[in-house]
Amino acid sequence: MSELFTDFFLLQDPNVRWVLAGTILLGLSAGALGCFAVLRERALVGDAVAHAVLPGVCLAFIITGDKDPFMLLIGSVVFGWISLIVMDYIVRNSKISSDTSIGMVLSVFFGLGVVMLTYIQSSGNVNQSGLDAFLFGNAASMLPEDVMLFGFVSLMVLVVIILMFKELKLVSFDPAYAKVIGYPLKRMEFLIATLLVVTITAGLQAVGVVLMASMLIIPAAAARYWTDSLRVMLVVAAIVGGVSAISGSFASYAAPSMPTGPLMVVSAAFLFTLSFFFAPARGETRKWLKRRGQKEKVKRENILKTLYNLEESDGNETKVRTLQEILKRRRMVKKMLKSGLASLDKTGLVEHFTGRPDGYVLTDAGRNEAKRIVRLHRLWELYLTEKLEIAGDHVHDDAESMEHVITPEIEAELLRILKNPEADPHDKKIPKHTINGNR
Amino acid sequence: MSGKSISEKNAPPVEVHDLTVSYNNKPVLWDIDFELPKSQLIAVVGPNGAGKSTLIKAIMGLIDPVSGHSLIYGKPLEQMRKKIAYVPQRETVDWNFPVSVFDVVLMGRYAHLRLFQRPTATDKKLATEALEKVGMADFANRQISQLSGGQQQRVFLARALAQDADIYFMDEPFAGVDASPEDHILQLLRELRSEGRTVVVVHHDLQTVSGYFDWVMLLNLRLVAFGPMETTFTKENLQKAYGGRLNILSQVIELSRKEAFIRESGHE
Repeated sequence: MSELFTDFFLLQDPNVRWVLAGTILLGLSAGALGCFAVLRERALVGDAVAHAVLPGVCLAFIITGDKDPFMLLIGSVVFGWISLIVMDYIVRNSKISSDTSIGMVLSVFFGLGVVMLTYIQSSGNVNQSGLDAFLFGNAASMLPEDVMLFGFVSLMVLVVIILMFKELKLVSFDPAYAKVIGYPLKRMEFLIATLLVVTITAGLQAVGVVLMASMLIIPAAAARYWTDSLRVMLVVAAIVGGVSAISGSFASYAAPSMPTGPLMVVSAAFLFTLSFFFAPARGETRKWLKRRGQKEKVKRENILKTLYNLEESDGNETKVRTLQEILKRRRMVKKMLKSGLASLDKTGLVEHFTGRPDGYVLTDAGRNEAKRIVRLHRLWELYLTEKLEIAGDHVHDDAESMEHVITPEIEAELLRILKNPEADPHDKKIPKHTINGNR
Repeated sequence: MSGKSISEKNAPPVEVHDLTVSYNNKPVLWDIDFELPKSQLIAVVGPNGAGKSTLIKAIMGLIDPVSGHSLIYGKPLEQMRKKIAYVPQRETVDWNFPVSVFDVVLMGRYAHLRLFQRPTATDKKLATEALEKVGMADFANRQISQLSGGQQQRVFLARALAQDADIYFMDEPFAGVDASPEDHILQLLRELRSEGRTVVVVHHDLQTVSGYFDWVMLLNLRLVAFGPMETTFTKENLQKAYGGRLNILSQVIELSRKEAFIRESGHE
């Protein structure tokens, strides 16, 4: 395996060089173009077109009796276009919804293609061997002339995307506005559709019609996790497409009987999964960490508040509070309380006294923080009862959650609206803001 | 904004002749005829489904009319595209699209850029100025999904300002905007007027129509009334526009909605 690996990546075999160059270009262009398909919510249309080009390819073969890549390209582009027109016509002139029309065109055209493929295979034409690679792709079987043509096509697609980035961006984001300022919207849409058909055609041999749409959709979907900039999204999607192409081609080289398309798609899906979980800012892991961080913060703030409440009830700021006392005041899992107190101890908000009794005392900084939370809680209760006229016995739970999210700006606003109140609706004192603590 | 010549001869900014629009053979606008005055704030009001948005979309060529046509400064629309700016309702786009606030505003400058041409430093400066005008300069680098509804509205307004057009069509620019930004937007509209531009606003709040605008167009499938605020925004006209659709025209329209609506066009 490792020998194969070095053979492949040292590019000594000229055939490998060809295949790799062709598939990388394909991956790059499909990835970049796919962003527009995905953002314009045309991903399924791409899938239908990909399936619908099969009869075109077969027809080209039946007419010419040969696998001339240029003729196959023509047949494929023509049928790609026919499928687009049919889908559009059905939606325009009937009450059939667009997803139904896409589904019909996809399956009917593909079915027709499979019938024609079966016919060709039973016709005994010697040239037909390898034609079934169009279903799932076989990069290793590509000849230099195939690569040259399809690679060139991919390169052209990339060039158009780069040159027309600005136009494609506007038309994808806000087509109505584009039209108002004089963009030839119909021609732009024709261009985008052509790029789509052509890119799908370029992937015929390497990926195959069944899975070609994934090479448009998955890299774009993965790239969206990494960025909020369209430019960066295109680059990331192109890279995901390129990397998937490389791994698919390698597998095809290592095991020539293995279809390339599925392997490319599996690699792309793997990269998507990585993005889904681990992309900074938008990935799931980050979201989970953020949620957990918020939960920890709420827990710590609740402990501080409980310690403050204990001080409030007996007026003793130096008394050591045991775990039992705290738990009596506020129900929580003991293990959680311990870990919360440990974290507060580490940040200097409470002090741990090990002795008899073993317990905790608020530090000055901790007391200030506790006062802030209690203040927010009571201000919010007061606001709800006074300004929104909610009954006093209904406001506690709401304040329990709001005390952890109110920003200093909102706090100032609340103080202003309520005119620096002294007590909350339950006649509890609202702790004042203390500057620099009370040392 | 650059103070270039706005009036081309004496042609009105917009003329609409015999405009009829239908969706799926159901008429939504019926034989509309009018000329807009220059440098005015013009409100288009009428009940839901009266065809207000449809009217401005048809003038801008976003919807093909069944019959009739409109002229911009006396010329066909296609020659005058750059002179027209559009502030659509904010629901019309996907706000999760990966672009920044600044990107969107810069799109207003695309009207003046050729194919393949990148925005220049001047374009960027004008876009920044437009953002400042709507009070959103601090948000330039934000992704658009992070904006509130009112902020999204102001971004669309900034995009139209950056375009530096002569005629502005705005579809409910005050929708979802709070009172204080609303005053701010009104101020901007007045500024546009004082620069000689014509502003057409689809407006839904009857309370503020007479305070905000100079002219008013009352619409309900047909043109009910159009003219200066004092003489046109009358109880009688409002009754006509908002009252029941009991006159003969509306009955006929109702009938034609049930039957297939066919209109012959192209005969002079």
